[in-house]
Amino acid sequence: MSDHMHDQRDQKQQDAIIAPGHTLATITDKISEIVLTPPLKTPLGWHAMMGIGSIGMLLLGATVTKLVFTGIGIWGNNVPVGWAFDIINFVWWIGIGHAGTLISAILMLLRQTWRTSINRAAEAMTIFAVSCAGMYPLLHTGRPWLAYWLLPYPNTMGMWPQFRSPLVWDVFAVSTYATVSLLFWYTGLIPDLATLRDRAKHKAVKLFYGMLAMGWRNAASHWDRYETASLILAGISTPLVLSVHSVVSFDFAAGILPGWHTTVFPPYFVAGAIFAGFAMVLTLMLPLRAAYGLHDFITEKHLDVMAKVLLATGLIVTYGYALEVFMAWYSGSPYEEYMLINRLTGPYAWTYWALILTNCTIPQLFWYGPARRNIWALFFVSMSVNIGMWLERFVIIVTSLHRDFLPASWGHYAPTVWDWSMYAGTIGFFLFSFFLFVRVLPMIAMFEMRMLVPASGVTGKDSDHKHGGSHH
Amino acid sequence: MNDHTSAATDLSAKTGKDYWKSLEEYSGTERFKDWLKREYPQQADLLAIAPDRRIVLQLMGASLALAGFNACTKQPEERIYAYAKNPEAMVPGTPLYFATAMPWASGAIGVLVENHMGRPTKIEGNEAHPSSLGATDSFAQASVLDMYDPDRATAVKRRGRVSTWDEFWGELRTAVTIASSKQGEGVRVLTRAVTSPTLGAQLEAVRAAHPNLQVHVWEPMHRDHQRAGSMLAFGRDLNAYAHYGQAKVLVSLDSEFLTLGPDSVRAAREFTANRKVRATETTMNRLYAVESGSTATGAMADHRLAMRSCDIERFVRYLANRLNVAVAVPQEKLTDQEQRFLEALAKDLEANKGAALLVAGAWQTPVVQALVHAIHDKLGCIGKTVELLPPVETFGADVENLASIKALSDDMRAGKVSMLVMLGGNPVYDAPADCDFASAMDKVATKAHLTSHENETSRICDWLLPESHFLEAWSDAKAADGTVTIIQPLIAPLYSSKTAHDVLALMLDKAGTPAYDLVRAHWSAIKKDGFELAWRRWLHDGVVEDTRAASVQVSAKAITAAPSAVAGGFDVALRPDPTIYDGRYSNNGWMQELPKPVSKITWDNTVQMAPADAKKLGVNTGDMVEVAVGGRTVVGPVWVAPGHAIGALTIHLGFGRVHGGKVGTGVGFNSYALRSTTQQWGAAGATVKAVGGSMKIASTQEHDDYETTATEADKRKIVRVRSIDRFKADPHSLEKEDRHASHGETDIYAKPREAEIDALRDKAYVKEAAARKNEQGFNNRVSDDYQWGMVIDLNACTACGACVTACVAENNIAVVGKEQILRGREMHWLRIDRYYKGDENNPEVHHQIIPCMQCENAPCETVCPVGATSHGPEGLNEMTYNRCVGTRYCSNNCPYKVRRFNFLLYSDWATESLKLQRNPDVSVRSRGVMEKCTYCVQRINHARQTAKREGITPKRPDGKIREGEVVTACQQVCPTDAIAFGNLLDTTSEVYLLKQEPHNYGLLEELNTKPRTTFLAKTTNKNPELA
Repeated sequence: MSDHMHDQRDQKQQDAIIAPGHTLATITDKISEIVLTPPLKTPLGWHAMMGIGSIGMLLLGATVTKLVFTGIGIWGNNVPVGWAFDIINFVWWIGIGHAGTLISAILMLLRQTWRTSINRAAEAMTIFAVSCAGMYPLLHTGRPWLAYWLLPYPNTMGMWPQFRSPLVWDVFAVSTYATVSLLFWYTGLIPDLATLRDRAKHKAVKLFYGMLAMGWRNAASHWDRYETASLILAGISTPLVLSVHSVVSFDFAAGILPGWHTTVFPPYFVAGAIFAGFAMVLTLMLPLRAAYGLHDFITEKHLDVMAKVLLATGLIVTYGYALEVFMAWYSGSPYEEYMLINRLTGPYAWTYWALILTNCTIPQLFWYGPARRNIWALFFVSMSVNIGMWLERFVIIVTSLHRDFLPASWGHYAPTVWDWSMYAGTIGFFLFSFFLFVRVLPMIAMFEMRMLVPASGVTGKDSDHKHGGSHH
Repeated sequence: MNDHTSAATDLSAKTGKDYWKSLEEYSGTERFKDWLKREYPQQADLLAIAPDRRIVLQLMGASLALAGFNACTKQPEERIYAYAKNPEAMVPGTPLYFATAMPWASGAIGVLVENHMGRPTKIEGNEAHPSSLGATDSFAQASVLDMYDPDRATAVKRRGRVSTWDEFWGELRTAVTIASSKQGEGVRVLTRAVTSPTLGAQLEAVRAAHPNLQVHVWEPMHRDHQRAGSMLAFGRDLNAYAHYGQAKVLVSLDSEFLTLGPDSVRAAREFTANRKVRATETTMNRLYAVESGSTATGAMADHRLAMRSCDIERFVRYLANRLNVAVAVPQEKLTDQEQRFLEALAKDLEANKGAALLVAGAWQTPVVQALVHAIHDKLGCIGKTVELLPPVETFGADVENLASIKALSDDMRAGKVSMLVMLGGNPVYDAPADCDFASAMDKVATKAHLTSHENETSRICDWLLPESHFLEAWSDAKAADGTVTIIQPLIAPLYSSKTAHDVLALMLDKAGTPAYDLVRAHWSAIKKDGFELAWRRWLHDGVVEDTRAASVQVSAKAITAAPSAVAGGFDVALRPDPTIYDGRYSNNGWMQELPKPVSKITWDNTVQMAPADAKKLGVNTGDMVEVAVGGRTVVGPVWVAPGHAIGALTIHLGFGRVHGGKVGTGVGFNSYALRSTTQQWGAAGATVKAVGGSMKIASTQEHDDYETTATEADKRKIVRVRSIDRFKADPHSLEKEDRHASHGETDIYAKPREAEIDALRDKAYVKEAAARKNEQGFNNRVSDDYQWGMVIDLNACTACGACVTACVAENNIAVVGKEQILRGREMHWLRIDRYYKGDENNPEVHHQIIPCMQCENAPCETVCPVGATSHGPEGLNEMTYNRCVGTRYCSNNCPYKVRRFNFLLYSDWATESLKLQRNPDVSVRSRGVMEKCTYCVQRINHARQTAKREGITPKRPDGKIREGEVVTACQQVCPTDAIAFGNLLDTTSEVYLLKQEPHNYGLLEELNTKPRTTFLAKTTNKNPELA
C-alpha cells in the first residue's frame, strides 16, 4: 500500500467523495475493468488472498467433518461453560455484518451520498459474515442433523418450537436478516450486472452476466421499479439493523446469569455491532483501495466519516461497559457484584482489560483529525476494534458462565485446537467468498457512482436517479 | 485355500507385461480348471464346453462380484419362545428382588438385588440386615459393575493358555495326593480375611486333613493393630462393636468410621440419627475429631484437631491420663491449642459417662486401640455405647496378617513351598513391599490363583482360575455383629468361574460338590430341625436368625507400654482410598470417577499435605514430589488439602496398577511401594522434595482459589449453618437473617419476596397448582394428585457418595474418564458440593447434595428452543432426550448447574457385558443430548402402575400412590436417611412435614426459581469451651 496522500490539497478536494476529473465513462471503465480483466491478468495480491481463503475453506471442511462425526466434545466447551467459541464467533460475525446493512439501508434513507462507494462491498461483507455466523448455531448443537427442529413447520410429532426461547427468535431474526440482505444486495447489483453484460467481450461472460442481469434494459419502467424496490428493501432493512442484534443480545439478556441478565444489552449490542462492522469495512477496504487504486472513489472523506462512526459507536459501547459496572454495584446483588469482581480480577481478567484497551482506549485516537485520514492509523484502530469486539463476546460469554451462582460448580474454559481451526476456517470462508466477489462482481456500485459525477446532472440530494444507467 | 495361494504365487511370479497377456493362457491350465471345477461345478461344465476368452473373463468377473456377496451373511434365525413353564413370580418388565450379602473383610453388608429377567442390575440395602438397615455404601453399589466388568478373568488358564477346570483338578489332586503322604507338607493356601462360616469350616477341615498344610491370611486392610490393642487391654481378641446412637459425645481418633467399609453404613445411620434437628427435636450429639488427613468423618466433626498421625498416641495418652486411666505419658507436652482441646474434650467425656464413644482408626497404634478400650471401661461405656464381640473372621481370626504373609514369603524364598493356592487377593501388588512376594513366588513349583480379574499376581502364576462374583455363586458371610447371611446367586456365572468353596472341596476329596450343597450341608448340620423351612426363610430375609454374636463382659487391664519418642520429619499416612479402597475397585469406572468425599479428586491418588507445608516446600497442587521414608520412595503429585495436619502427608493406596484392566491400569501411582512390614500404615521421618514437572489432577471442584470460593460461598449463604443454641433460641428469625444477608441492606424486594416464600411454604404447591390451572396453556396440566418434592437434611449428609453411585447405577450414567473430567464434563446427575469456611489450616467443611432442584419456575425450560425440557403435570422438570438437539442453553441458564451434556458418545454402546447391567427402565443416552436428574421418574411411574393395577384396596382407599412407595435411588441408598422424597400434596408425608420445618430453605430461592428440592439448614453443636 503506497501512500497516495498529497500534501497540498485544498479543503474542497479533501471533502470530495469522488475525485475531480471523473466522467461517467471513466468511472465505469475503472470499476468494470477489475471484473472484466482476463483471468491471467488478475493481480498477484488477489491470488494470495484467495489462496489463504482456500486453505481456510479446507480447514473448515476438515473441522466440520470431524465435528459432525465426533461431536462437539472436540471443542473446549463444558459445564458450566456451555457456550464458548461457538457463540462468541456467532455474535462476532453477525455483528460484523451490521455495517453493511447500516450503510446500504439507513444511510441510503438518510441520503448520505458518501456511502455509495463502500456500499456494495459492505453489503457483500454482510452476506458473507452472516453466512459464517449462521454456521455456528447450526454446528454447535449436539445433533446438528436435527437442528431444523428449531423451525416452525408442520410435522408428525405435533411439535412446535418453544417460542419463549430466544434461540427461536434468533432463528427468525438471523434468517430474515440473511434473506433481506441478500435480496437488497442482488437488487442493487442488477443495473451493474447489465453494464457488465454489455461490456463483456467473451460470449460466455456475456451469457453469465446476462443471466444474472435478468433482462435489465435500462428502461424508465425498470428504473421506476428498481427505485421502489430499493426503497422498500431499505425500509425493511432499517429496523433489522436494530432488531437482529437486539434479538441476539436477548440470548443473553433473557438468561438469568449474572453478566447476561442486563437490560442495557439490546442498544449496547447494536452499537457494538455497528462498531465492529465499520471496523471490518475499514479492515477490508483499506487494502482493496490500495491494491486496485480506488483512491478516487474511496476518498479521504470516506475514511474520515467512517472513523467518526467508529469513534461514536465506540463511545456508546464504552458507556455500555461503564453501565455494566455501575449496575453491578447498584444492584446490591452479591452475584452481580462478584461477576464484576471476577471480570476485573478473575482468571480471565486479562481479556477484560484487553477489551477496554482495544475497544475504548485505542479508538480515542480519532479525536485527532489527521489520524482519521491516516491509513496506517485507521488500519491499526480497525484491527484493534476487530479484536476488541471478539474479546467483548468472550468476556460476556465465558467470563460470566465460568463462575456463576454456586461456587462449587465453578469451572474453567480453554479452547482446543478445533475451536481455533473452526474460527480460522470461517475466516477462510469469509476471505474466499469476499475475494471471489471482488473478482466477479463490481465491488463499487457503478451506476450510483456515476450519479455523483457533476456531468450526471444529479444535483439535489432528493433528486431521482433516472440519469444514471448503463451506457455504451 | 492352498490353490488360491499357489495361484497367487504363480501370478506374482509373472512379470507385469505378460500378466495380462497370459491370463487366457493361464486360465487354460489344468490346475485352474481343476480348481474351478471344485469351486463351481456348474460353471466348470460351461468352461469345459466353451473355453472361450470372453466367457472366462465374464465368469471371473461374475465370480469376483459374487464373492462380494459373501459379506452379506444371512443373520442366524432366532426364535423367541414363551416360557413353557414360567419361572416363579417372573413377569417380564417387573423386576424381582433377592436378598444376599456383599462380603467384606470387616463384615458383610446385606443387600437386596434388583433382578430384571435374570440380570442383576442394581443393589439396594436390606432393612433386615444389621449392617445395612436398608442402605448401602458406594462399594456395594459399584459391585454390580464389577460383575459385568469386561476385563474379568473368563477362562482357566495354564501359563497363559486356555485350559479347563478338569485339568486343574487333575493337577491339584495329584499335588494333594503326593502331599498327603507328607501330610500336606509344601502345600500352602493363601486367603484374604474369611467371614464365611462355610469357608472357614472348610479351611479348618483342610488343615485337619493335612496337618502340615499351612493356611496364610493376608488382608491388605488388616486389623492387626486392633487385635493387638485388644490383646493389650483385655488379653483376648475382641471386636469393639459401637452403638453410635447411644453416644452423646463421640471422638474420632484418626478414623473414618462414617464412610469406610460396610459397617460404616450402620455407623452413619446411628450417628446421624442424633443430629437430625427439628423444631420439636433439638438435641444433638457432638463429634470431636483428631486426625491427620482431611476426611469425611473429620468434616462432620463439631470440633476437629489436626494432628500428625504419629502424634495421636501422645494425645490419647494424655487424654487417658486426664481421665484417670493409668498410663505413662511422654515427656513432650501437648501444645496449648491441643491442651485446650483435650481439656474441653475430657470435661465433655466426663460429663457424659456411659454416653461417650471413642473410635480409633484401624491404623492407629495398638496402644491407642488399647487406651480406647480402657477409657471406655473407665467411663462406663462398655455395654452401653460399646459392646465387645468376638471377631468376625470365621477362620484365622488370631492370625496376625503381617506375620503370616511374611512367613509365607520367607518360606517360599527358602524353597519350602512346592504348591501355593491363592484364594482371591493380589499379593504381588498389595503384600508388604519388603516381602518382595513376586520374586519369592519364583521359587514355588506350582502356583494357582483363584481371581476375579487377571492381575499382577495371576500373571506370574501357573494357573489362573476365574473366580465367581458374589452375585454369581452360593456362599455365606458374617456381618460385623456376627449375623450370617446366605449369599445366593442372582445369575449363573457369566464365565467358567468357580468359588473358593469349590477349590477347597477338591482338597477335601469332595470334587464336584457344588457350593450350594456345601453351604446347605454346613447349615443343615447346625440347624437340624426344620432346616428346609428355615433355609427358605433365610434366603428370603437375607439373615440367618440367632446368629448374632453374644457380647463378652470383660474389664480392661492396665496399659503398661512405654511411650515412644516424638519423631521428626514428615509423617506419612498410608490409607485405604475412599473410593478405590485397597485397589480392589481400581478397575471399576464408577468408583474411579466418584469424587473423593472432601478433595473431590477423581481418577488419581495424591500426596496430600497442609497448605503451610506446600508453601514451605514451594510446591503447589499437581507438582510432582518424591516422598522417601524408611529407604523407600514414591513419586506422586501434590494435593494441597486445607485442614491437613502440618508436617504430615496422606497417601491413598490402591492406585498405580500395572495389570489392573482397561480402566485401572496406570491410574495414579503405586503407594504400596512405601508399605513395608515396618511401616504398614506409614511412618514418620519422611523427606519430601520436588522433582520437577507437574500433572493435572481431575477434581470436580475448582481447587486453585480457596479464598474466593470460601468467601463467596459464605456471602451467598449457600450452605446455611447455625449453632444448635441459636436454633433453639429462635429458629425463624435466624432463617430470615440468612435470607436478608444474601441481599444485604439493599434488598428492595425484601417484603414481597418474603411473603412469597412464606406462601410457598404454606401449602404452596396446592395454591400453585390451582393458580397454574387458570393460566392459559396449562389447562389440565397440573395434577391434583401428586406434586413431588424433596428435602435434604444437610446435617445428616456425610458426603460418603453412595447416592452418587446409586444414581449412576440406577440411571445408566456414563463414565467419562479423567480427560473429560479435566475438561469439566463429568456426567453425575447428582453431586455433593463441598464448601470450606474459615481458616485454611483448619476450616469447617460443609457438604451439600445437589440433584436437580426441579424448579417450579425453571430457568432451563423457558430457554429450550425445541421444548425438550418441560414442566410435567406433577411438578417434575422433565427432560425429553429424543427431542433435545443440544444447544446447551438450558445448562447455561441453570443456576445450579445440574444439567449434564453428552459432548461425545459417552455411553458404551458396544461392550456386550455392560449392556446387561443397564436399567431397562432408563434410556441410554447418545451423544449430543442433555441429561439430568429426573427424581427417578421411572420409579414414580413404576409405583403409578402398581397403584393403578391394584386399584382401590383397604390399604389404598383412594387408589393413589402411598407415601413411601416411590423411593428415589439416592434416597434409598442414603446411609443417613438425609434425603426425603414424596408427595407435597399429602400433608402427612415426610417431605411435606420437613418443608414446614423452620430451617427448611431453598437454595438460591431469591432468584424466584421456586426449587422443589429444598434443604434443612446445617446445625452445629459446638462446645462452648472451645468456641
